[in-house]
Amino acid sequence: MSKNNMKNTYGGAADNYSKKLKTKSWILFAWMVFLTIVCLLPIYILLINSTRSSVEIQNGFSLIPSGSFGENFTTLTTSSQFKSSINMAYGYKNSAIITICATILTVFFSALTAYGIYVYDFKLKGIAHTIILIVMMVPVQVTGAGFLSFMIDLKLHNTFWPLILPAVAAPAVYYFMNSYMKSSFPLEIVEAARIDGSGEFGTFVKIAIPMMKPAIAVQAIFAFIQNWNNLYTPQMILLSVGVEKKTLPMMMASLTASDKIDYGVVYMAITLSVVPIIVAYVFLSKFIIAGVALGGVKE
Amino acid sequence: MAGPTGAQRRIKSISYARFGYIFILPFFIVYFVFQLWPLINTFILSFYGNGNPSEKNLTSNEDFVGMANYSTLLSGGDARNLKMQHEEFLNAFKTTIILWFGNFIPQIVLSLSLAVWFTDARLKIAGKGFFKVVMYLPNIITAASVSVLFMSLCSDNGAVNQILGSMGLGPVDFLKGTAASRGTVMFIQTWLWFGNTMIMLMSGIMGISPSLFEAAEIDGATSTQTFWKITIPLLSPIMAYTLVTSMIGGLQMFDIPFLYHTGTEINKDIQTIAVYIFQRYKNKNGAQFGYAGAASVLLFIVTLILGSITFYINRDVDEIAKKKQRKKLIKDAKAKSKQFGGLSI
Repeated sequence: MSKNNMKNTYGGAADNYSKKLKTKSWILFAWMVFLTIVCLLPIYILLINSTRSSVEIQNGFSLIPSGSFGENFTTLTTSSQFKSSINMAYGYKNSAIITICATILTVFFSALTAYGIYVYDFKLKGIAHTIILIVMMVPVQVTGAGFLSFMIDLKLHNTFWPLILPAVAAPAVYYFMNSYMKSSFPLEIVEAARIDGSGEFGTFVKIAIPMMKPAIAVQAIFAFIQNWNNLYTPQMILLSVGVEKKTLPMMMASLTASDKIDYGVVYMAITLSVVPIIVAYVFLSKFIIAGVALGGVKE
Repeated sequence: MAGPTGAQRRIKSISYARFGYIFILPFFIVYFVFQLWPLINTFILSFYGNGNPSEKNLTSNEDFVGMANYSTLLSGGDARNLKMQHEEFLNAFKTTIILWFGNFIPQIVLSLSLAVWFTDARLKIAGKGFFKVVMYLPNIITAASVSVLFMSLCSDNGAVNQILGSMGLGPVDFLKGTAASRGTVMFIQTWLWFGNTMIMLMSGIMGISPSLFEAAEIDGATSTQTFWKITIPLLSPIMAYTLVTSMIGGLQMFDIPFLYHTGTEINKDIQTIAVYIFQRYKNKNGAQFGYAGAASVLLFIVTLILGSITFYINRDVDEIAKKKQRKKLIKDAKAKSKQFGGLSI
């Protein structure tokens, strides 16, 4: 039906209706612009303030960058006040080591476990699946006390091992991989591979992993973000370590501890900690948002 | 079609069950060592005492105290330090609930309304994709950094007070004032999480058959009617799921309340239960693993209750109905076969 035709049939009603919708759309658009500002303003002020000196920051609020970026950076990296608690190079290095190792372990072993339970028939299959789902509910805050005291007994506190090894058992990632295999991994492939003489582990590495690439990519991104941002476990396990073993979030935590705060330097340190992840997000946002949406869909 | 080849038959006769066990073994070993044993250990610690000042002997508390830690936390005691412990625990629990409510309610209102508008095909809002990306952005930024950022922005002479000052409003103590500091933490939590909740609810709404919305439109339903009569009822399982997962998440609230302060003392007005537990086992004046353990066990019980609610919501209703039907069919068939002289079918 053409627009003209509609006008003839319904008179002004349709016109009125579409006008109403248009107004509503514009009001909502304005509301969303406002929310966008609320979301971005703190980050914008952060970036601006990292270029201003402490005195400028104390004296007034500004949306225009100033020229103290280099000065703040030098103070952060060389001043004795911060040397004992913050060293961004160590922070990046330690966070990267823990995060990369933990992410690889998480996606590999979750895929392996999901594959084991999905492909093979064995007696304890159902029980294993249920146990993993129950485990999903237990938060780290509950096991923390026992975990720390056990690690102290093993003399593993103050090392990275308790931060990396537990990544092997990631129930939520297992759950995602399991649902993914159910929907898009036909068992006939495994049988065909067997006929062609492929070993069981070989089939998993050479056939299953490439087929699960989309699921693995999404889960790797989320595992990476989660580990990179993790404050609780490192703060708990690394009881008494020097700055050379601290992770980035732990260094951020130490910023609040001092009473005399040089705000220019604080903003600088926060900027250095968030910029890499924001840049990564700009490139991966489509993946990430699709991944969140997938997680929300109930089967 | 030809029958199975020799190779196929040979493969069919081999049992692969052991590979299943081998493949899931690493997961379960790590799980038992790093999650199950710590959980059991937490239970054990909760029955032991609290004194061990040096880090060397952090876990040397050999004194078995039975339920004493629990009774201290739940009802206090005669001694002053026991009373203080009880009050601090209770206060932390109360604070957690207040902070959770204060961030969940604005968050669900905001996320739900945005999700409805974003999925409404009639509305033509420009740049939907961009808005979604921006609104999710706070969620991926390190919470520790966010906390320090807001601490700086809300300090006595920070950006927020400068803006308020330019509008002629007096400085507000966002860091130490009870209502102001709690309000700020609620705001930060909402700021961090509303994008995530919105996307989850959107995928839920998009799962509702579009023909229902079309039918409502043809029948002349207003958008308010469509929202209350179609969206909300059909979305309720996901809403309930969001509610319970948010509650479990709320019980674990740690990074923001732990770091939103200046100096070395944590603001008591925003001390959550997770912060309380953490402070017990990472205490400078000697770790108190007993209290930490007991509080963890109590937290575990609450989580367990909430978790079983999620489990109940998430259960596959169709699958259960089918199972029941199958059972009934088998029962009927058996009854019938008995009628006909117990012949097996």
